[in-house]
Amino acid sequence: MSFLNYFKSKKPKSASVAKERLQIIVAHERGQRAQPDYLPQLQQELVEVIRKYVQISDDMVQVDVDRNDHCSVLELNVTLPEK
Amino acid sequence: MARIIVVTSGKGGVGKTTTSASISTGLAKHGHKTVVVDFDVGLRNLDLIMNCERRVVYDFVNVIQGEATLNQALIKDKRVDGLYILPASQTREKEALTKEGVERVINELSETFDYIVCDSPAGIEHGALMALYHADEAIVVTNPEVSSVRDSDRILGIMQSKSRRAEKGEDPVKEHLLLTRYNPERVDKGEMLSVQDVEEILAIPLLGVIPESQVVLNASNQGLPVILEEDSDAGQAYEDAVARLLGEDREHRFLTAQKKGFFSRMFKGG
Repeated sequence: MSFLNYFKSKKPKSASVAKERLQIIVAHERGQRAQPDYLPQLQQELVEVIRKYVQISDDMVQVDVDRNDHCSVLELNVTLPEK
Repeated sequence: MARIIVVTSGKGGVGKTTTSASISTGLAKHGHKTVVVDFDVGLRNLDLIMNCERRVVYDFVNVIQGEATLNQALIKDKRVDGLYILPASQTREKEALTKEGVERVINELSETFDYIVCDSPAGIEHGALMALYHADEAIVVTNPEVSSVRDSDRILGIMQSKSRRAEKGEDPVKEHLLLTRYNPERVDKGEMLSVQDVEEILAIPLLGVIPESQVVLNASNQGLPVILEEDSDAGQAYEDAVARLLGEDREHRFLTAQKKGFFSRMFKGG
């Protein structure tokens, strides 16, 4: 079998595709897991404060923490509705 | 003090109950007094796999709610000495497993048993969290397949933050990877993730590899933990896993495709 396989097309085998996809998604999800657990509540409270002034929906505020070697950056992304 | 082992996976249908039945049976066969507890309230199946479904009178939730004593609910296995089953309730809500209630039952079991094997339900909801909360060790049952591997990583993350050991800042839960339904032929063809692939992605120590085998279904049909099929590859692979769990160093078997000769085709039916 393996002798014949040698001559077949060089299309990547599905197992190696699976491995690559898994490595990417698992790394991404582990990164999110490492985020501080106060983030969801922080996001919720920020939404409430902003709502005092502008009408926005819950998903219009994005809160992320980026970690570098020396410091962590709190990234806050607010999408304001069009007037 | 008992050693508490959770059998978990996140994903359903990967072999948690099959594994719980075989690991607990194996531990008891090695002379350790063992109880296997079904945490899958509402969808109990461990009783069927252990062939004691007609002997269930009281269950886990009855004990938690004080309607029965532990001794009334525990079912003694008829094949292996020192093996007991605590069945899940079939009728109650999963929330019937209160944190305090589960703790009380686990503590009481701890006084008389060497090993408590907790068969977790699928998912990451209340029942699964209750099953893993008290664990000292975890057997993460994984199929060599993308969704199972991802869910295993997810449940590992949950264990690292939500288990009792994590909450109390004690030594972490000891993690073991058990790869089930492994098909070396398909791995050779590049159609299935290999043991090394899964080990590399999940990065936890390998406890064992259970080959995909017709024996598993045959055994569960009869209510026989597959480890008792001592001549079969799957049974022997489980026996190896139990020995490793107990600290023995055993080489992994059944990882390569068997070259089938003329005679094995003739006499073993391919």
